[in-house]
Amino acid sequence: MAEEPIIRFEDVHKAFGSRQVLSGLDLDVQQGETFAIMGPSGCGKSVTLRHVIGLLKPDRGRVLVEGNDMARIGRKELRELRSRMGYVFQEAALLNWLSAGDNVALPLRETTDMPEEEIVERVRDKLALVHVPDVYDKMPGELSGGMKKRVGLARALVTDPEIVLYDEPTAGLDPEIAASINQLIRELGEGLRVTALVVTHHIGCVKIVADRVGLLDGGRLHFVSTPVEFLSSSEPRLVRFLGDRMD
Amino acid sequence: MKSLFASFLADVGYQLELLVQVLVRLGSIARRRELIADQLFQAGIKVVHVVLLVGLFIGMIVALQTGIELSRFGQQDKIGTIVALSMAREMGPFITATILAATVGSALAAEIGTMAVSEELAALEVMSVDRVSFLVLPRVVSLAVMCPALTVVCDTIGIIGGGFIAESQLNVGLSLYYDSALEALQGGGWWLDLPKDVYSGLIKSFAFGVVVSIISCAAGLRATSGALGVGNATRKAVRDSIIAIIVSNYFLSWLFFQE
Repeated sequence: MAEEPIIRFEDVHKAFGSRQVLSGLDLDVQQGETFAIMGPSGCGKSVTLRHVIGLLKPDRGRVLVEGNDMARIGRKELRELRSRMGYVFQEAALLNWLSAGDNVALPLRETTDMPEEEIVERVRDKLALVHVPDVYDKMPGELSGGMKKRVGLARALVTDPEIVLYDEPTAGLDPEIAASINQLIRELGEGLRVTALVVTHHIGCVKIVADRVGLLDGGRLHFVSTPVEFLSSSEPRLVRFLGDRMD
Repeated sequence: MKSLFASFLADVGYQLELLVQVLVRLGSIARRRELIADQLFQAGIKVVHVVLLVGLFIGMIVALQTGIELSRFGQQDKIGTIVALSMAREMGPFITATILAATVGSALAAEIGTMAVSEELAALEVMSVDRVSFLVLPRVVSLAVMCPALTVVCDTIGIIGGGFIAESQLNVGLSLYYDSALEALQGGGWWLDLPKDVYSGLIKSFAFGVVVSIISCAAGLRATSGALGVGNATRKAVRDSIIAIIVSNYFLSWLFFQE
């Protein structure tokens, strides 16, 4: 019998005013799988991620995470579920009045009883993991865009989540750092069986991290397949989309 | 007109809901002491020079305007009593709250509004951080404490400013001015032996501090649409705070001083 998917979208519709963003989206992500979503700007990739973590509710259809309907889940259950999820925001979304270290430590300080020494040690480990070991005391305003991004990634990983949602994890990073972040996402998936949903424009990212990939267009996923099949497809729509992105 | 009224009701409903959420979380004050201390500094120390300057001139204006009329009837020796009671009852609380709305309230709305449009509030939600306890409670507590404290500063400097005018423009000796002012502000009340004129002003200040902070935080939390949205939230916070200060001032004054 097939394993129940960790993340499931069932005929999800979402509109903002008169603009229909998702139109019957179906998606299954299995435990330990890394699924990448590609698509043109404004096609609803980030909106899809936001449904998974309960920041948005569908107008129609269901979003299930570990079997929980995210539109009907209780507040306490949602908090518990979110404590096992991480979210990497496109623009990092660091709190400007907290240092990088305090930003990363925030979920641990606010939602756990972990001793302060242990929190500091864990935060330093995660900052080292994303290649910014020396920014603990720096304020977000002192960091470059790429460094902020990595601090945001460290914050998403600090609770050792079972599900991680990445919104453009390598956008704005130089190729060397982007490759190491891609490798890190891959290792989390393979070694720790972390389930991941990755929104990206980078083919390099898809090649390294994804087990499966799909093109979100017109509010639905198309051409869901392995990265090799996806990138070598001769479907005109896909060729048109990938045409100028072959990195 | 109908949509304006609906929008007004939605705003008031959201503000009341936020107030209730803050009241429910008052038990977290000790845990948030560092954030509260920081906000006390932002809402108090950074604003005290403005309160001193404005309070001084308000006291001088009250003394000058009423003193000129009183002197026509040979009653200028009452100027100390009038300035003291005017500052304690109305001018001190109102001016201080208005200064806080314009300086601290606008900053609160802009700060939280910027967090809203840059996804920082969404990040807090994703991390299961209680944003009312983390962001709103420290700001409400600090303004509820600092507004009465700064009102005392405003009252005091206003009375001192009135003294300058009494002596220099109205030929009232400083000792007579201060004796009558202090006499007006002593004894006869049920709370800390303060007269109703003083404690009513302090209670009003406390209420104004809560009103300004709740309205400003609510405006920031509901900000949308980038920099334009932050600008709108800031404008709305100051406008609504000043209206709420004036309206609540009337009802609180009526409550304290109705015959």
